[in-house]
Amino acid sequence: MTDTTADAHASHEHGHGDGPHLAHHFDTYQQQFDTGKLGIWLFLAQEILFFSALFVAYIVYRSMHPEIFIWAHYYLDTQLGAINTGVLIVSSLTAAWAVRCAQNANKTGLVINIVITIACAFGFLGIKYKEYSHKFHDGLMWGPADAELTWTRHNPKEEVWELHEFRAHHPEVAEAAEEAAKEGKSRAEIAAAARKAAGGKDYGIVRPNHSNIFFGIYFFMTGLHGIHVIAGIIVWCWLLIRALKGQFGPKYFGPIDYAALYWHLVDLIWIYLFPLLYLIH
Amino acid sequence: MASTTTTPDAFGNAHPTADESYLTNERGLRSWILTLDHKRIGVMYLIGVLCSFALGGFFALMVRTELFTPGKTIIEADTYNQMFTLHGAVMVFLVIIPGIPAALGNFVLPIQLGAKDVAFPRLNLFSFHLWTIGALFLVLSMYISAADTGWTFYTPYSTTTTTAVIPATFGAFILGFSSIFTGLNMIVTIHKLRPPGMTWFRMPLFCWAIYATAIMQVLATPVLGITLLMLIVERAFHIGIFDPALGGDPVLYQHFFWFYSHPAVYIMIVPAFGVISEVIAAFSRKKIFGYKFIALSSVAIAILGFLVWGHHMFVSGQSVLAGTIFSAITFLIAIPTAIKIFNWLATMYKGRIFLDTPMLYALAFLWVFTIGGVTGMYLSVMSTDVHLHDTYFVVAHFHYVMMGGAITAFFAGLHYWWPKLSGRMYDEKMGRISTVIVFLGLNLTFFPQFIMGSHGMPRRYYNYLEEFTIYHQLSTVGAYMMGLGFLLTAINFFRSLRKKPDAPKNPWGARTLEWETTSPPPYYNYHTPPVVDFGPYDYDDLVFDKKVGGYVHKSELKA
Amino acid sequence: MTNVTSMLLAALQPGDKPKIPDSPNFWTPTEASTFAKDTDWLFQFITWTSAVVMVGVVAAMVLFCVKYRATDRSKNEKATSDVDHDNTLEITWSVIPLFFVVAFFVFGFRGFVDLRTPPKDTYDIHATAQKWKWLFQYPSGYVSDTLHVPKDRPVKVIIESQDVIHSFYVPAFRQKMDAVPGRYSYAWFQAIELGEFPLFCAEYCGTSHSDMITKVVVQEQGDFDKWLAEAAKKEEEEALKNPAAYGETLYNRNGCATCHSTDGSVKVGPSFKGIWGKTENFADGTSAQVDENYIRESVEDPQAKIVKGFPASMPTFKGKLSNNQIRAIIEFIKNQK
Ligand code: HEA
Ligand code: HEA
Ligand code: HEC
Ligand code: CUA
Ligand SMILES: [Cu+2]
Repeated sequence: MTDTTADAHASHEHGHGDGPHLAHHFDTYQQQFDTGKLGIWLFLAQEILFFSALFVAYIVYRSMHPEIFIWAHYYLDTQLGAINTGVLIVSSLTAAWAVRCAQNANKTGLVINIVITIACAFGFLGIKYKEYSHKFHDGLMWGPADAELTWTRHNPKEEVWELHEFRAHHPEVAEAAEEAAKEGKSRAEIAAAARKAAGGKDYGIVRPNHSNIFFGIYFFMTGLHGIHVIAGIIVWCWLLIRALKGQFGPKYFGPIDYAALYWHLVDLIWIYLFPLLYLIH
Repeated sequence: MASTTTTPDAFGNAHPTADESYLTNERGLRSWILTLDHKRIGVMYLIGVLCSFALGGFFALMVRTELFTPGKTIIEADTYNQMFTLHGAVMVFLVIIPGIPAALGNFVLPIQLGAKDVAFPRLNLFSFHLWTIGALFLVLSMYISAADTGWTFYTPYSTTTTTAVIPATFGAFILGFSSIFTGLNMIVTIHKLRPPGMTWFRMPLFCWAIYATAIMQVLATPVLGITLLMLIVERAFHIGIFDPALGGDPVLYQHFFWFYSHPAVYIMIVPAFGVISEVIAAFSRKKIFGYKFIALSSVAIAILGFLVWGHHMFVSGQSVLAGTIFSAITFLIAIPTAIKIFNWLATMYKGRIFLDTPMLYALAFLWVFTIGGVTGMYLSVMSTDVHLHDTYFVVAHFHYVMMGGAITAFFAGLHYWWPKLSGRMYDEKMGRISTVIVFLGLNLTFFPQFIMGSHGMPRRYYNYLEEFTIYHQLSTVGAYMMGLGFLLTAINFFRSLRKKPDAPKNPWGARTLEWETTSPPPYYNYHTPPVVDFGPYDYDDLVFDKKVGGYVHKSELKA
Repeated sequence: MTNVTSMLLAALQPGDKPKIPDSPNFWTPTEASTFAKDTDWLFQFITWTSAVVMVGVVAAMVLFCVKYRATDRSKNEKATSDVDHDNTLEITWSVIPLFFVVAFFVFGFRGFVDLRTPPKDTYDIHATAQKWKWLFQYPSGYVSDTLHVPKDRPVKVIIESQDVIHSFYVPAFRQKMDAVPGRYSYAWFQAIELGEFPLFCAEYCGTSHSDMITKVVVQEQGDFDKWLAEAAKKEEEEALKNPAAYGETLYNRNGCATCHSTDGSVKVGPSFKGIWGKTENFADGTSAQVDENYIRESVEDPQAKIVKGFPASMPTFKGKLSNNQIRAIIEFIKNQK
């Protein structure tokens, strides 16, 4: 390595004159790429641990209060959740494709794939927004029932047996529960009535104590995940600009690769969240 | 740049030209706060850490002064509670965690490794600025009303007290990410930027120590991040996860907190081990004994450190089984630590020992840290910990390991690398005197705390029973003595800065690569990646040259 | 229990600061419980081991510094040994400490199991921690702010907290346990020495954490019983000046509140709201009016008449409540209109 080329002195950043994107402290593009790759993997490890405590909290409360999770799952919109899972998987695919395009110096492909990825990310957030506003509207929030702010007040407007979905599937159970509730019976009695109507099967439709805990965990986990999606959008937009300038090619495609890895992780976390929150009961 | 026409050796023992030295190649505030040079970032960290240390020390002196008598001495109970919280939080998050890895590590590690910089210079600068922002949150929360929760922020106290817990914990949250990014940078640097010939087992032990530390930083700190975030959200929005009134579990918070904070104590001490290994070898003029054992024991400590957090919670109501497992694994950590202590002693055996300031600090470390370590045994024994938990015995234990271990090693390292960092020699005699004062003050401060602790004096007590007065008074006197020792140290460093650069390339005769560069090192560290064909502790090739006041290679002496 | 405590807080005088009895030990306080001996023995064992380790490390260090001290760098003296590793040594100094730490662990484990395993026939006292006060409730229902315990009898303290985490700590007994809001915990001990010992709050709980101190008074069983009876009697005399309020205290203190509401809502048992003077129908088809005698009977012999629609699950309070106390409860129930 020599320091004699003219542009070596132009800036400390590009000390070697080997190319515009090779930082001065690396010898080769390969070394630079490997370095970035290890860096992003460590970053992802860090991300997983960042989410881990939330998963642990989920496991702890689920094992301590399974009834809360059974009750709460009636209120989650599995359909929207599933669509969102699909949307993210598609975007993960286009992210991977983008890497491929960058490696092959296929600028159009790269730009198209990044745009689709960003579009999917916005789609995801849009659907999430819809879900959130429903919850908000129905009082399915986290805090105490008498919280000062409505948007922290856990005060469900509908009982499970009043939900369309549940009525459609188990009309006799819903009716029995509603009957019992109208008579001002205690929770235990409503549950007993519902169980009787269901032929002994317990659907866990009576609101248990501390049901707010579920929504605390739900909003925390999905909210934090949402913030990661937003961060991803910002990164992809930045890369889109760079891609339009034609900065990526077979020698230098690291940033796309790292962003794609990050995006896969965001996808993966959702793939865990979806069954844990929406499906398991 | 003139650099193209000169080889590094042509500088000999002189100083780099003005446009070469990392300190002077660019000037102005902007050239510092936007620098990507790991050395400058290291120096900025160092300044931050030392200022924080003075601040944390000030809070400590407030605490100690208040405790001079039972009842009120100078401040009210609430103020006292804020003082020890600030003291603990500042010392832990602003001083000891970034102290060695981010300040000294940033400066030393890339040069020692033979690299031109850390792997991600921009990330490095970013983590420094995160540190600054975090520090501002933590310290400026004082102006609203400083948190009074203790540095552990236990729920439900922290979610219900009226003080400004959110800014303080948010500060700690940001500081956590600063630490994560530093760790990430160090791991990647060590993996990917080693020059030819620098094999894993030719790496200086300091690099090994920083490596083990970095693993813990990356894997443990995110859990602190999310825990503090949960705490903030709990306090602001009552999500109920930690609030018993809403069905939450306050003890879960403790599990999360210690899952980070136990590895964190090794984040504090493992880099200190690295410094001590360098200093003891260099000042005994002998190859380090048991290199592989010292290197790998750091990694062992890093791994085991993740599995013992429950030893802080023996009386919190966790099950006997859980307590037993945590206790058992805790004891295992004593073994890799013992290996280090004994290997250092074996290094001194039949060496040629120079008792310069860094070595005096290292010897103080051996003495004081061993006391701190063995008193950890009383605490990991479950039945004695039931008695000692949350008493001054614990306070004494952790000051012996943190102040006596990590901070002592930090000052050993600071004196050791000061000539490299600043290009100046400090006054040796004054250095030694202040070391002795710090050592005596430290023992006077913290030894009486063991006695009162085992007699049942609880910690975080503003007021105490009269029977404990004498121990508290000895402790307060010791604290002022320590303050005096550090004041002398500070004066010593400042005075050396006012001199002309006079430090030789290699004043101590150490063999690690940073001593091959000029003092202070040039901006680029190395023009060409050095080729490493020797071990970090092969002192045979070095001879002392009276003319330059430092060591040179045999070949250079003849020339 | 909130209104009881606030009432009692007003009634009880803050106790004097406890004194720490002189201890014959350098390191530890008086050994006043059965655990103390074991814990102290282990403490001594670790201390001696550590002392030997310390002396070894420091002696080696000082010796080497003296023996191999060099002062003049220009002499370029070389180390007189170039041995840089020795696996036998490494194994030796790993295995020897291992023996000691395993011993520490085993003894510590045994001690801990003792500390956490109360015998069956304990004398149970309920401790309630709150900012910044301890309240101890004895089986008779009497509540005090100092802890009195009989000597030579296993005592189990069942601990709860009203607000934040506190910790029950009696150094002389070598026992400690956190008081966590929302759950019960316990600590047990058997005192072996008469006298007074400090009891601290050991978990930081805010402004007056360091004043959350009281004392444990260890008495012979006879003296203890006498103290309890007299203290209860004295309190009763004081309180009977306002029987309805005292009745409310007893209603809370004795756990009536867990089964009987005063607002009309149905818990385990019927609400007290409006029951005075009402005619109650029983499971066996009979009925009766709620008056003094009926309440007294319900408290002392609850199974005699079971209110229709309720389980026969109320325990008897015969012997736990004095005549005066039952009268106070009756006054209280009368007021629940
Ligand atoms: C630098 C930081 C540091 C370090 C290195 C350590 C090291 C150790 N610590 Fe410490 N500890 C803290 C910082 C640290 N600690 C802090 C801050 C707290 C309190 C936090 C709070 O509550 O605020 C704490 C609290 C703490 C507790 C909880 C006490 C309580 O609250 O009840 C326990 C319990 O097990 C413990 C144990 C240990 C052990 C076993 C080690 C071991 O790693 C020590 C191993 C070393 C040796 C043993 C010495 C060398 C060995 C030999 C010379 C061999 C021969 C020895 C024998 C045969 C014994 N520590
Ligand atoms: C790195 C960690 C660290 C360090 C170094 C210290 C250092 C000191 N600590 Fe601290 N301490 C903690 C971490 C630390 N502490 C923690 C985590 C807690 C628990 C908090 C809690 O309960 O929540 C605690 C709690 C704690 C308590 C218990 C309070 C209580 O429980 O009520 C006490 C009481 O004596 C104390 C005292 C001291 C003293 C006298 C020093 C002295 O060693 C300080 C000496 C230093 C100085 C006096 C500064 C002098 C500096 C200068 C003059 C400038 C120097 C500048 C240059 C060299 C350039 N500390
Ligand atoms: C474990 C639950 C429980 C506790 C504790 C309890 N009770 Fe009851 N109590 C009941 C039940 C169930 C009934 C109804 C069945 C019966 O009559 O025995 C009842 C009935 C009564 C009645 C008759 C009520 C009526 O409507 O006729 C009175 C009076 C009464 N209890 C007083 C008390 C007092 C005073 C205490 C405390 C010193 C107390 N109870 C503690 C469960 C309890
Ligand atoms: Cu109660 Cu501390
Ligand atoms: Cu620990």
